[in-house]
Amino acid sequence: MIKMDNIQKSFGSNHVLRGLDLEIEKGSSMVIIGGSGTGKSIALKCILGLVKQDSGTITVDGKDAAAGDRDAFLARFGMLFQGGALFDSLPVWQNVAFRLLRGSLKRPRDEAREIAVEKLRRVGLKPDVADRFPAELSGGMAKRVGLARAIAAEPEIIFFDEPTTGLDPIMSGVINELIREIVVEMGATAMTITHDMTSVRAIADNIAMLHDGIIQWTGPVSQMDNSGNPYLDQFIQGKADGPIEAVR
Amino acid sequence: MLSVLATIGRIAIFGIDAISHMLRPPFYGREFLSALLNIGWLSLPVVGLTAVFTGGALALQIYAGGSRFNAEAVVPQIVAVGMVRELGPVLVGLMIAARVTSSIAAEIATMKVTEQIDALVTLSTHPMKYLTVPRVLAAVLVVPLLVGVGDIIGVFGGYAVATGTLGFNPAGYIRNTVNFLEPLDVISSLTKGAVFGFAAATMGCFHGMNSGRGAMGVGRATKSAVEGAAVLILAANFVLTGVFFSL
Repeated sequence: MIKMDNIQKSFGSNHVLRGLDLEIEKGSSMVIIGGSGTGKSIALKCILGLVKQDSGTITVDGKDAAAGDRDAFLARFGMLFQGGALFDSLPVWQNVAFRLLRGSLKRPRDEAREIAVEKLRRVGLKPDVADRFPAELSGGMAKRVGLARAIAAEPEIIFFDEPTTGLDPIMSGVINELIREIVVEMGATAMTITHDMTSVRAIADNIAMLHDGIIQWTGPVSQMDNSGNPYLDQFIQGKADGPIEAVR
Repeated sequence: MLSVLATIGRIAIFGIDAISHMLRPPFYGREFLSALLNIGWLSLPVVGLTAVFTGGALALQIYAGGSRFNAEAVVPQIVAVGMVRELGPVLVGLMIAARVTSSIAAEIATMKVTEQIDALVTLSTHPMKYLTVPRVLAAVLVVPLLVGVGDIIGVFGGYAVATGTLGFNPAGYIRNTVNFLEPLDVISSLTKGAVFGFAAATMGCFHGMNSGRGAMGVGRATKSAVEGAAVLILAANFVLTGVFFSL
């Protein structure tokens, strides 16, 4: 289980997180929603240690995320970045097998390539994509490669940062389905950040609504439409009027 | 003023951190070889052209200046000492700052703004070890070689101009060049190369890693890296010249 307790983070006078509390059950799929710039990505990066919170604690299975062997901790995670974050200088298969080519999970090169090709196949890409470079891929293909990289080392916990941003609705649907299938198949704990409500309904077991630096509402996705929470209602209905100030 | 001092301090800490990571595994051999190729082999054309034209111009200047007091004969000696002690290392250093520092800063800054550096961390790979150490180590090892090559080509440029247009005897020119140079000249030249290589690669990595957001951030990082590397190289040259030849 991932537990975030009273997380606060500011950048100068901009108080992004003001006491965020959140629990994500093992094996569940949590989706965090909220407007742009509300700190969703910062919350996720705090868990991974990419951004250090000003105060508050984060535990994973009861252990402090900031303590202990960092490599072993990170080896439990996979992450799909918003823009893919593929390494331009490496061919696709080496991107996917990055973790398997170095460090504690290192495998022989041939075996790492085989695993990469298998993961590419799992996300719907043919083996000939393996030798292309990221600059030669379309947006949808880059997302799939990013997804293949995120699952290549079979992590226990997978983070998805805006997985469908920039994709057409059909490709978004394909990526949503893939994420759902893979998370269920692997039994992984998933945490997704998005403001795409179609993704929310396709991916989530539970959702959390982040606004003003705190979680305004959290609960099962099945209760989302009848939550009675004015923030959540305004967000999912896309209304300009409500407690969330809309800048015109 | 305070912010300038803070930046100098941060660069110093970054440089020390890079050195400390050089001494501890893991080491990324492929990235190191790639950096050797990019910094060393691919810089040879620009280094060679810079050196040959500078050596030739130096010969013309010394001949013209020397003729004012009947000292035209010192062209081989002054070209040799000028190229090896000063112009070779400085011009190669500045060319490396222009070609390599800018490329390192732009590449790493782009990686930063596209979250590739965050991705490295999530893949249990330390960006300092994977990005900085191979580049800095390669520059420290290969820039002295480039300086050596630049010195030789620069002296050759002077030789070609002096024997081709100024009427110097080829054998005499070479004999005067070799006899005049001392081991300390060559040692100082290569040492400067190593220091300039460290400065150029470290500035590229530092500014790339600390880039701001977007295209403007990448542009600023690249500009700051080249400016910083050029100033650092010239300042280090002054200090090293003092250390080698004034003490």
